[in-house]
Amino acid sequence: MSAPNPPSAAPLDLLYSEAEEELRTAVRSLLASRCDAAAVLARIEGGAPHDPVLWRVLAADIGAAGLLVPEKLGGQGASHREAAVVLEELGRAAAPVPYLTSAVPATEILLGCDGADCADLLRELAAGRRVCAPALPLTLAPGAPLPAPVRDTGAGPGGGTGPGGGHGGGTGTRTLSGSVTSVADAAGADVLLVLADTGLYAVQADSPGVSRTPLVALDLTRPLATVTLDGAAGTRLADPATARAAIAGALLSGAGLLASEQLGLAEWCLAQTVAHLRTRHQFNRPLGSFQALKHRLARLWLDVASARAAARAAADALATGAPDAPLTVAVAQAYCSGVAVKAAEECVQLHGGIGMTWEHPAHLYLKRAKADSLALGTAGHHRGLVADFAELPSP
Amino acid sequence: MTAAAVTAAQLLLRTRELLAAHPPATTAREDFLRARFDAGLAWVHYPEGLGGLGAPRTLQAVVDAELEAAAAPDNDPRRIGIGLGMAAPTILAYGTEEQKRRFLRPLWIGEEVWCQLFSEPGAGSDLAALGTRAVRAADGDGDWVVDGQKVWTSSAHTARWAILIARTDPALPKHQGITYFLCDMHAPGVEVRPLRQITGEAEFNEVFLTGVKIPDAHRLGEVGQGWAVARTTLMNERVSIGGMRIPREGGMIAPVAAAWRGRPELRTHSLHQRLLELWVEAEVARLTGERLRQQLAAGAPGPEGSGMKLAFARLNQEISGLEVELLGEEGLLYEDWTLRRPEIVDFTGRDAGYRYLRAKGNSIEGGTSEILLNIVAERVLGLPAEPRDDKDLAWKDLAR
Repeated sequence: MSAPNPPSAAPLDLLYSEAEEELRTAVRSLLASRCDAAAVLARIEGGAPHDPVLWRVLAADIGAAGLLVPEKLGGQGASHREAAVVLEELGRAAAPVPYLTSAVPATEILLGCDGADCADLLRELAAGRRVCAPALPLTLAPGAPLPAPVRDTGAGPGGGTGPGGGHGGGTGTRTLSGSVTSVADAAGADVLLVLADTGLYAVQADSPGVSRTPLVALDLTRPLATVTLDGAAGTRLADPATARAAIAGALLSGAGLLASEQLGLAEWCLAQTVAHLRTRHQFNRPLGSFQALKHRLARLWLDVASARAAARAAADALATGAPDAPLTVAVAQAYCSGVAVKAAEECVQLHGGIGMTWEHPAHLYLKRAKADSLALGTAGHHRGLVADFAELPSP
Repeated sequence: MTAAAVTAAQLLLRTRELLAAHPPATTAREDFLRARFDAGLAWVHYPEGLGGLGAPRTLQAVVDAELEAAAAPDNDPRRIGIGLGMAAPTILAYGTEEQKRRFLRPLWIGEEVWCQLFSEPGAGSDLAALGTRAVRAADGDGDWVVDGQKVWTSSAHTARWAILIARTDPALPKHQGITYFLCDMHAPGVEVRPLRQITGEAEFNEVFLTGVKIPDAHRLGEVGQGWAVARTTLMNERVSIGGMRIPREGGMIAPVAAAWRGRPELRTHSLHQRLLELWVEAEVARLTGERLRQQLAAGAPGPEGSGMKLAFARLNQEISGLEVELLGEEGLLYEDWTLRRPEIVDFTGRDAGYRYLRAKGNSIEGGTSEILLNIVAERVLGLPAEPRDDKDLAWKDLAR
C-alpha cells in the first residue's frame, strides 16, 4: 500500500485582524450608501451596471484596488487576506464593480511580469485611475489549458523593436488579431491584457481595431463581452513563458479569492432569509417557528460557517505563499461555490412568491452565485485538482 | 500564590518542581497523579485545594506540554471523560465544600469513575420529561429513596459514582420538580445491565434503580432546582469539542483514502466523485474546527461549536457508508459479533462495518441532530421557538 501523502497542512490564521475588520467597516459603509439593492437594480436596468463613482471611492479613497500592489508602486502593500475581506463585502452587496477582474487577476498578471510598462499600469490601477480586464474567458480555471492565443500580425503603428526574428524578446508595439469570448468586465475596462502567441500585451480598450461586443449575461452584475481584435495595437509586457506563468498565478489567486465573494454572497442570503422568516406570518405563526424551515436554515448556517473557514484558509494560504496553497484554493472552490448557490436558491424558495419577483434583489444573488459557480473553474474541476494534490487518482 | 499572581512562568516552575520531587520514571502512576492534584496542577483554573490554583484556564496548556515532554503519566481522560467533563464542573458550581473535597480528588485521579444517569427510555431528547422518582425516606432523616430506570449509560459497569436527576414533585411542571443527586453505584438496589447495540457490543448500559437510598448529603443543589444544575452539566458536555487539533486527512476519511490509494482494483468513477466530495468536506470541517479553536484561544468563542457535532455526525455516517461500498465483497463481512464491553469507543481500531454501524449513533448521542438544529435555529439565528404546551402543565398531567 502506498503511503498517503497529501501535502502537509501549514498552520493557518483563520481569523480576521483588527485592521481587516476596519477595512470591512469602511467598505460596508460605502456600499450601504452607494450600492443598495435598489441602486444596483436601477443601474442594471439602465444598461450600465458599473458605477464609476463607486469604483473611484472604493479604489482611490479606501485604497481597495491597490491592496495587492506594493507600496513602491503606489499600492497598499497588503495581501490576499485584506483583498478577501473586500470581496466578502462586495459579494454581500452583489456590487457591480470590476474588483475580481481588475484588482485581482489583472493586478496579479502584471505583478507576475516585469518592466516599466507593467509598473506604470499597476500605479494607475492601484490609484483607481484606470480599470484593467484580462482578456480571458471568465470560466478559465487554474490548472486548465489556456485558450489558443491571439495572433501577433506584425509591427504596430509606433514601430518599435517588436519580437525581432519572429518570436524573441524585445519590447514595443505589435498589431494583434483574434477573438476571446466571455470576457468579464471588458466593457468597463480601459486596458485589456491580451495573451498573444508572442507574449502578453496591453491593449487600450478604445483603440482602433478593438471591438467589445456585449453578451446577454446570466449574471447582470458582472457583464460579459466578446473581445475581437483586428489589427489592434498592443504594447508588449512579457514573453510567452512569463505571460503563461503570470496568468497561472493570477487564476489561482482569482479562484481563491472568489471563495470570499461567494462567502459574502451566501451570508447575505442567509441573513435576509432569517430576517424574513422572523417577521413574516402565515398560519397565525411566524414562518421561522416551523421546524421544517428552522432546520433548513440551521443547516445553511452550518454550511456558511464552514465556507468561512474554507475561504479564510484560501486567502491566508495565498497571502503567505503556503506550499499547499493550490490544494487549499481547490478545496475552497470545490466547497464555497456550492454553498453560495445553495444559499441563493434557499433565499428564493423561502421568500416564497416574493423571491420570484424582479423587485426583490434575491434574483441578483442567485444569478451571481450561479455564474460564480462556473467562474474560474467549477466545483467538479476543483475536485479534480484535489484528486491530484491529495493523490486520490481516478480509476 | 493568589489568582492574580499566577503566570505561565510560575506554572512552569511549579510543574518542574513537581517533576523533580516525583520523577515519572520512578513514581507509581496514581502517586504521581495525587501529587499533581495536590500541587494545583490538575486543572489550574479550579480553586486552590481542589486541584487548581485559580489560574486562567488557557494556562493549562503550559502545564500539559511540560508534563507530556517529561512523559508523565496522565489520568486517562478518555476513560474518565464523564467525570472530568460533566460531573466535575457541576460539583464545582453547585457542590457544598464537603462535596467538593470528597469527590473532586478521586474523580480527577481516576480512582473513582463516574457515569451519568440522565436519559430514560421515555425521556431521551425530551430529557426534562424524566419519570425516575425520588421521595423522602420514611426514616425521617431527610434521606431519599429512588425508583426508576435509566438508559444509554456509558461506563455504568465501571463507575463508582453517578450524577443522577430524578423527579421530586410530579405536581409541578416538568422542568421544576426535578432534583439532582450524586448516586453511589454500589448502593443496594442499583442494577446495571449491558445494553447490546447494533454493533454487537455493549458500550452502554441500562440501569435499574429499585428503592435506592441516597443520603440528603449527596443532593447537589436545592430540592426542585435540578434542571438548572443539569443545564450546567449539559453545557459542559458540548464545550469539549474544538479543543483538539486534527491533522489534514485525520479522522474517518483516513482509512477510506488509504484503501483508495492502496487498492486500485476497488476504484470506480462514481465512488471517486463521492470520495472527493467527502474528502473536501472533511477538510473544510477540519478547517472549521481549527477556526473555532483559534477563536477560543483569542477569547472570542464563535457559535461554530454548536454546529460542529452536526457536521461530524453527517460526515462520519457518509464516509463510513462509502467505505463499506468501496470494499466490495469485503464490505459484506463483519469483524466479530461477539458481545464485548469496551471502556471507550474506538473508531479507528475496528473494521469498516463497525465504523458504519457505530457512526449511526453520532447523530443521536449527546443531543440528536434534530434537537441541535433547533438549538442553532433558535439560539444562533434567533428564530422563534415552536409553540409548545408542556411548559406550564404539571408533569403528572402530561401525555405519556
